[in-house]
Amino acid sequence: MLLTISTTYSPATDLGYLLHKHPARMQSFELTFGQAHVFYPEARPEKCTAALLLDVDPVGLVRRPHGQFAENFALAQYVSDRPYVASSFLSVAIARVFGSALSGKCKDRPQLVETAIPLKAQVSILPCRGGEKLLRRLFDPLGYTVTAGQHALDRQFPDWGQSRYFTVTLENTCRLSELLTHLYVLMPVLDDEKHYWVGEAEIEKLLKHGNEWLAEHPEQESIARRYLKHQRHLTREALAQLREEDVQETGEATQAQEEAAVEERIGLNEIRLATVTEALKQSGAKRVLDLGCGEGKLLRKLLAEKQFEEIVGMDVSHRALKIAQERLHYDRLPEKQKERIRLFQGSLGYRDKRLTGYDAAAVVEVIEHLDVSRLAAFERVLFEFASPRTVVLTTPNIEYNVKFENLQAGNFRHKDHRFEWTRDEFQSWASGVAKRFGYAVVFHPIGPEAEDVGFPTQMAVFTREDSAEEIT
Amino acid sequence: MFIRIPEPSLILLIGPSGSGKSTFAHKHFKPTEILSSDFCRGLVSDDETNQAATNDAFEVLHFIAAKRLAAGKLTVIDATNVQVEARKPLIALAREHHYLTVAIVFNMPPKLCQERNEARPDRNFKPHVVRQQNQQLRRSLRTLKREGFRNFLYVMSTPEAVDAARMERQPLWTNRTDEHGPFDIIGDIHGCFDELVELLKELGYGISTQPDGETVVEPPQGRKAVFVGDFVDRGPKVAEVLRLVMQMQKADAAICVPGNHDVKLVRALRGRKVNPTHGLAESLAQLEEESTEFKTQVSEFLDSLVSHYVLDNGNLVVAHAGMKAELQGRASGRVREFALYGETTGEIDEFGLPIRLNWTDEYRGTAMVVYGHTPVAEAQWINRTINIDTGCVFGGKLTALRYPEKELVSVPAHQTYYQPIKPFLDETDERSAAKIHAYDDILNIDDVLGKRVISTRLHHNVTIREENTINALEVMSRFAVNPKWLIYLPPTMSPTETTNSPGLLEHPTEAFTYYRKQGVSDVVWEEKHMGSRAVLIVCRDPETAKKRFGVAEDTLGICYTRTGRRFFEDTTIEAELLGQVKAAMDTANYWETFDTDWICLDCELMPWSVKAQELLRQQYAPVGASARVALGEAVAALETAAEHGIDVNPILEDYRQRVEAVTEYVKAYQQYCWRVHSIADLKLAPFHLLATEGAVYFDKDHLWHMETLTKLCQNSEGNLLFATAYGTVDVTDDTSQAEAIHRWGELTAQGGEGMVIKPLDFIVQGDQRGLVQPAVKCRGREYLRIIYGPEYTLPRNLERLRARGLSHKRSLALREFALGVEALERFVHREPLSHVHECVFGILSLESEAVDPRL
Repeated sequence: MLLTISTTYSPATDLGYLLHKHPARMQSFELTFGQAHVFYPEARPEKCTAALLLDVDPVGLVRRPHGQFAENFALAQYVSDRPYVASSFLSVAIARVFGSALSGKCKDRPQLVETAIPLKAQVSILPCRGGEKLLRRLFDPLGYTVTAGQHALDRQFPDWGQSRYFTVTLENTCRLSELLTHLYVLMPVLDDEKHYWVGEAEIEKLLKHGNEWLAEHPEQESIARRYLKHQRHLTREALAQLREEDVQETGEATQAQEEAAVEERIGLNEIRLATVTEALKQSGAKRVLDLGCGEGKLLRKLLAEKQFEEIVGMDVSHRALKIAQERLHYDRLPEKQKERIRLFQGSLGYRDKRLTGYDAAAVVEVIEHLDVSRLAAFERVLFEFASPRTVVLTTPNIEYNVKFENLQAGNFRHKDHRFEWTRDEFQSWASGVAKRFGYAVVFHPIGPEAEDVGFPTQMAVFTREDSAEEIT
Repeated sequence: MFIRIPEPSLILLIGPSGSGKSTFAHKHFKPTEILSSDFCRGLVSDDETNQAATNDAFEVLHFIAAKRLAAGKLTVIDATNVQVEARKPLIALAREHHYLTVAIVFNMPPKLCQERNEARPDRNFKPHVVRQQNQQLRRSLRTLKREGFRNFLYVMSTPEAVDAARMERQPLWTNRTDEHGPFDIIGDIHGCFDELVELLKELGYGISTQPDGETVVEPPQGRKAVFVGDFVDRGPKVAEVLRLVMQMQKADAAICVPGNHDVKLVRALRGRKVNPTHGLAESLAQLEEESTEFKTQVSEFLDSLVSHYVLDNGNLVVAHAGMKAELQGRASGRVREFALYGETTGEIDEFGLPIRLNWTDEYRGTAMVVYGHTPVAEAQWINRTINIDTGCVFGGKLTALRYPEKELVSVPAHQTYYQPIKPFLDETDERSAAKIHAYDDILNIDDVLGKRVISTRLHHNVTIREENTINALEVMSRFAVNPKWLIYLPPTMSPTETTNSPGLLEHPTEAFTYYRKQGVSDVVWEEKHMGSRAVLIVCRDPETAKKRFGVAEDTLGICYTRTGRRFFEDTTIEAELLGQVKAAMDTANYWETFDTDWICLDCELMPWSVKAQELLRQQYAPVGASARVALGEAVAALETAAEHGIDVNPILEDYRQRVEAVTEYVKAYQQYCWRVHSIADLKLAPFHLLATEGAVYFDKDHLWHMETLTKLCQNSEGNLLFATAYGTVDVTDDTSQAEAIHRWGELTAQGGEGMVIKPLDFIVQGDQRGLVQPAVKCRGREYLRIIYGPEYTLPRNLERLRARGLSHKRSLALREFALGVEALERFVHREPLSHVHECVFGILSLESEAVDPRL
């Protein structure tokens, strides 16, 4: 990728002093991931342009020694945009090749370093996750005039749409070190990716380079979050450090705001889990299954209830189970608690003897992820073979979807949903299942009611018909 | 004393400390056969006499003993064993593993034990310890018989007796591993004498009748008959059958195991009260005519039969109702029960018969098990087991299995001698087809999860690692089509070895060389289409889909990807596609030609962009777009600098080449994309006719496949079906190779992906190294930009890319190929869904092995 920096300061060729690179010849530098070249396409007293051309070696990236860079999809591919776009590779190259200029040092022109001069930077090309809007929100507050040209994905296939790549021109009158610092921090932020492992040390880097401007930047949160690769604890720490030097009360205010937004979002799920937990308690169950436990939200609730002596979480995704294990702090649970809970991988499409002999099973927001053609197998696996006394099952009520403002008409609530049912459809399915497998079924609504369309979630509680005497 | 020890068995040495157990053990047993409590004390505490370590030591001892018993090894427990509590867990362990138990008791004078202990520096027992042990031993002597040592209890009371003791190991009666056959294993006879004689003649046995009316059987050279029991009941000539079989056994021309009917008859003959049902009354009536002497002979003969036999070095097991792997060659009441009756759930079905547990489905043993007991319409292999009771007495047929040929020979019943309670001959009718599907509906998690070993006919056992099944379970459960449709998944394909031809990574020469080295002289090349692999199942009508595949939907079939996902989310397009292929089948008259109402095809479906839309938008197009702009701007800047007299030549030229490479890259992927508005924009190129009803086509060479499918394409109305270009090459002939290489050049120059090169025969077993790669791909220079990056052709990149290892990919390709063939074979032979599914699941699991995705 190519970064050019021009100035019309007189004499413009002083840019060579600021950058510590002679305008009359090309210089090349070896980097761990390729090469950088510096040359001047033009070097006149009226206008001078320096170019930093970065060659990232695509084969070297894939065949790198293990652990040199962060594990990352784009880096494992030969067909990768990394050699062509401005990213954290370019930031590293700037620090390496223009190190003195970046930190504002210049022996030959000490006062020029401190002077704001007319500067123009062009990046070919800059990937912007978040589009031109974010690009402007990042550079406008810093006083830049931004020009951005977006590139089509493929001119032969206009219907594929635009790419996330822009040729960007940034104009400002500022110190060169400011321009370089802004680019150093904000290019990887726009790319929203880093080629190396991001840890505590990255906070220091961010605060060092953002020292003069980040505290006042209105987008400081998204900058910190993206710069620190969305690691929440790092972001929190960086922002706290940043704000300690600044105003303290803004922190609290935003926190309260965040909470409210979060509560609104998770409201329905909370109600659903509480209702399911209550239904399981009502059934008198002591040994319960959470089938399709996902990341373990319901498991956590069940663990908090003394009534449940044995809790089993099953999911088809091994990854989800690992997260559930972390969320439950499984490794740190006291022995007695640990004995109560067990997680294993399994699938509702397969008969599984590990599932037999339980009092109750929760199947929360799971069936809509199964193909309709595989429901028959699911029914037999659960109701015929696992055959718990009670089954608590929930699924969306599609009629309610019109109430979700940001859901396009005709779309399901989740991309992976294979179907969503009306109340009639759900009840006729559930009644059929109950009849075939000898269960009684009762329906309960979950969530706030809306006129004509009912409740957002529907729940069926199945009770095995021969289980009456077992309970008493 | 003469000590007779069955092998295997669990042997307890019983006696106080100092009674000479260890010395005796080392004299008569291998060191590895002896488990000594002292030794285990040493293992856990570094001190063989540390009494504080006793509990831990015995845990270790029991653990090792359990492993040895599971493995079928003779095991000697060298511990005092004088307390009943000490013996109890060992006897339980023996029971659990169906082992016989032997007690060898050292009832020595207490003084002698005491002296010996004193003479040993490492023993510092107080005298009372040994005294106590002696008391316990004397008490034990009264109860040992009852505890489980009824048949093998040996007590020695003097050191001289111990010294003089001789020992002999006797194999269990069931062990006839030194009989190697060849055998003719014959199913349930039930008094069908005429059919038995016919069958024996058919098998080449000479049969003559002596003047005294006795029938004498002369087996063909070296062969022996093996009967799976149930000689009697229901049929017309019970006595004749018994006479013949007894005579054959006596002449060492036959081996017999008992059936449940035979055992019941013995009890009746011996005057026990038994219910004369299920044809017993007929046997008794027929035997009434015979002499008392004959009846005694019969009763002795049937009573002497051993539950089951392990034959031919353990490769063959014969039992009346079958034998689980863990019971084979063992001895216990439970083993005998299983051999006679099999395993039942304890429930009764609608016909009043016990519901049987299907042990064959779970059978993972290495020995072939041949059995009878439950009549079936056709003898069928399930996991190396076969039921050869084809219900002769019920009007079916009498079947024999030739071993080791695995050939089935049968003769039809002359008539229905006895009405079966449960119909068994109508398995092909619809009602029971539906029943099989209902039973089959449910797959078991144990059949797929965890480390799996799948035996295949092509490539021995294929092992699937547990971590791979974890990934496959999620893919299979969340994304794959209904398992009933998944009768095959295509194997991965390795490229040719890397070529050294300048500017190239792959070239046909290497493929030809590979096959020549494998001893294959004739190969075919087929044009490789750049689309997406698709497996197509097309039925003649929706009823076939329901009946044969057991699916509920109204559909003509399915089209799925190489990872088992439905190809089209849009079911109308899929229906149109299936409809067009069906029409071509109609026109080509292929339903009749192949005597089938469904067909399974291996195809490539184009354009690539149908399936790869996401990949194109997320990866291929962005790289093209960014590279084009970035490199273009770089060249412009360098040129400006050059105009101003700066020497940028070293990199300018390189950048110009890179711009060119990127342009070629964009062209390369664009070629494989076109917009799809309707089915008219799709192209389907079939290249393997995989299977039809009752048949797979792996025995046909690739020319047959291509010719047959080309004809199908020619019979298609629309543009959908697309015949693939192909040709043959003699890899020992330079001209022939040159022609094919020329074609490869042409195809790839036009932007084609390249060629697939296959041996002429579908399956080639190499001379030494086993299975030969069923195909290798040889991709074109431009196409490989999509794989190795736009600029891979630059010499500095190409040189590094040449280093690539193919062996893992090739081994995967073979394992997946073997599993795919196995899945289809099992499906066409109507094996249960779980057997087909385990192969397909295995392929999906192997696909998650870490292998260079560029290969």
